[in-house]
Amino acid sequence: MLEVKDLSVGIKADRIKNILYNVSLTVEPGEVHAIMGPNGSGKTSLLYSIMGHPRYVILKGQVLLDGEDITGLPPEERSLKGLMLSFQHPVEVEGVRLSTLLIAAWNKRRGEADLLKIGDARMLRDMRQLASRVGLKPEFLRRDVNVGFSGGERKRSELFQALFLRPKYMLLDEPDTGLDIDGVKLIAENISRIAEDGVGILLVTHYARILNYVRPDKVSVIVNGRIVDTGGPELAERIDREGYKSYGVIEVD
Amino acid sequence: MTEAVKTTDIEEILKYTSVDELYGWEWEYAKEIEIRGRITRDIIEEISRVKKEPDWMLRLRLRALDLFYRLPMPRWLTGIEEIDLEELAAYVKPKAERTEEWTDLPEEIRKAYEKLGIPEIEARFLSGLTAVYGSETVYSKMKEKLEEQGVIIMPIEDAVQKYPDLIKRYFARIFPPSDHKFAALHVALWSGGAFVYVPKGVKVEQPIEAFFFIGGSLEGQFEHTLVVADEGSYVHFIEGCSAPLLKRYSFHDGMVELYAARNAHIKFTTLQNWSRDIINFNNKRGIAKEGAVIEWTEGSIGSKITYTYPSTILAGRGAKTSNIVIGIANGPYLKDTGSKVIHAAPETASRIVSKSISNNGGISVYRGLVRINKGAYNSIANVECDSLILDESSLAYTYPHNQVEEPTATVSHEAKTGRLSEEQLFYMASRGLDEGEAKSLIVIGMLKEILSDLPLEFVSILNRVIQLEFSEVGGVG
Repeated sequence: MLEVKDLSVGIKADRIKNILYNVSLTVEPGEVHAIMGPNGSGKTSLLYSIMGHPRYVILKGQVLLDGEDITGLPPEERSLKGLMLSFQHPVEVEGVRLSTLLIAAWNKRRGEADLLKIGDARMLRDMRQLASRVGLKPEFLRRDVNVGFSGGERKRSELFQALFLRPKYMLLDEPDTGLDIDGVKLIAENISRIAEDGVGILLVTHYARILNYVRPDKVSVIVNGRIVDTGGPELAERIDREGYKSYGVIEVD
Repeated sequence: MTEAVKTTDIEEILKYTSVDELYGWEWEYAKEIEIRGRITRDIIEEISRVKKEPDWMLRLRLRALDLFYRLPMPRWLTGIEEIDLEELAAYVKPKAERTEEWTDLPEEIRKAYEKLGIPEIEARFLSGLTAVYGSETVYSKMKEKLEEQGVIIMPIEDAVQKYPDLIKRYFARIFPPSDHKFAALHVALWSGGAFVYVPKGVKVEQPIEAFFFIGGSLEGQFEHTLVVADEGSYVHFIEGCSAPLLKRYSFHDGMVELYAARNAHIKFTTLQNWSRDIINFNNKRGIAKEGAVIEWTEGSIGSKITYTYPSTILAGRGAKTSNIVIGIANGPYLKDTGSKVIHAAPETASRIVSKSISNNGGISVYRGLVRINKGAYNSIANVECDSLILDESSLAYTYPHNQVEEPTATVSHEAKTGRLSEEQLFYMASRGLDEGEAKSLIVIGMLKEILSDLPLEFVSILNRVIQLEFSEVGGVG
């Protein structure tokens, strides 16, 4: 189980600015827990704090991964323990091919000294197959990470990386933005499949659209850095109809 | 290579877990001759006598010595003042007869090359190999097929004896000792290195390599490479270098001269991986005649200080050059690199690509000169400088310089400086890679362009070296 316990977080700027207050939630293996909230409510900050972004300072509380306290660990160690963050706006990394990044990440997980070793040709074949499963052409593997990728291609790439690296828990930040409806369906299908394989998923979304295709087990609502509501899929349906009005938030599109 | 030779399997190299393990600490080796002290006429005469040189070569050395004392210390060089030439050995001959069989070499000499998989790489990928230890060539061999084609690969001392006309025509003429103080010093003290001649129309399929090793502290290495490619020929020459970790520094002041006759094509690759105790000065210049192509590619990874500016004189109509230098300053080290191209004929084209990586207090400098002479009609020059700075403590400088005297010429220059962002590091960390690993992937990515046509084994060793370099975050290297 991935457990966030009474977590308060600040962000480093000139001074530390509080952004999350007393957040508690859990994600069981195989479970999809959706976090919904208006813009600026702290959804991405929550995922970054769980993943261990160095600019986010834990003021109080803990993050536990299968019972182990990972609150003080650097992000790469959290990743090796089975946590993975799929970014809303993944950054471009010029000079590093997508395939190279994944070969290195794969070798690192196996304790291989040479990160670029291709010990097993199956690795590359798997990569190509998984890429096509999310609608990413194999030539993307040879391109530099996210460089010149469209918004939708970035989303596909993020999910593809998760399929390849097989984390235990996934943090998905707005996995459907920039995709057309067929793209959303394909991404959703894959998310559901990952969950069926026993991966716990914390899925952050502003709109309920993706939740029409990925049925969440739990839905929590976050507003101004606080969890203000928790329920089942019906909560997402209500937000789809009414927006965040009932939480005192009026959004203008 | 004979069966009896125990080579260090490349697989074994890939398992090294630190840069120190890869280089090893300096070890003892037997010396036959060692010449130290103030660099005087006596020392030059002694070296020339040891080599049983003809009189004309001694005279050339003495002329260069005179220039060395007359020329001023280049004022733009930083760090060079650390060198005390009087405490350096001007000449070190290891106790080893030159051979064509690795097994003939004393173990302490052989292991310098085996440690880096050189005999194995030679057997599998090279047309010929010259291995220099200290001041002398200890191993030199060429595959039989090349001999049949009339290709010459031999220690440059042998060429002085056997092909004096070729040597007189090109040696220290492409890069004259009068250019600057360290070119003069090199010509006065030169020792060791390879001479290559490729006859008309011959295309040498597999690369030729020269590998330079400095075995101890306070040694000077003044090796010389001369490649002459006759009309319509092709050759790819690779030079590699390494040294163990030393108690004190050593000084390398090498020279490479390339001559590409009409329509010839020379590709020259340098993989520089000196240990952190080497001050590395290079003098590299090529002349490309009508329709000829010279390509320099240099990966400058190791050393304490490196000065390298591979240069080409485009001396015939339609000659082309491409010059790619990638320097990595990882740690409190200096990479002063760049390139010079002189367009001295019409319709010539040049491309200079400089990529630098500064990390962990490293300083990268690019110095470039593109000169287009009057009358070099419709010549094109293109300069790209990319500097990547990986942390707050590191620096990069760019000093491009253009002298265009021909109105029909086109010169373009693009420079950009990038920094590694916290978001990029976090992205790669979220995939399980720490800071050093993330940096090594970026650096390996930048090296892609020079690695593209090297044998895979070279590439994997180099990739491993880079990973080891950057795995020691904040370390001493």
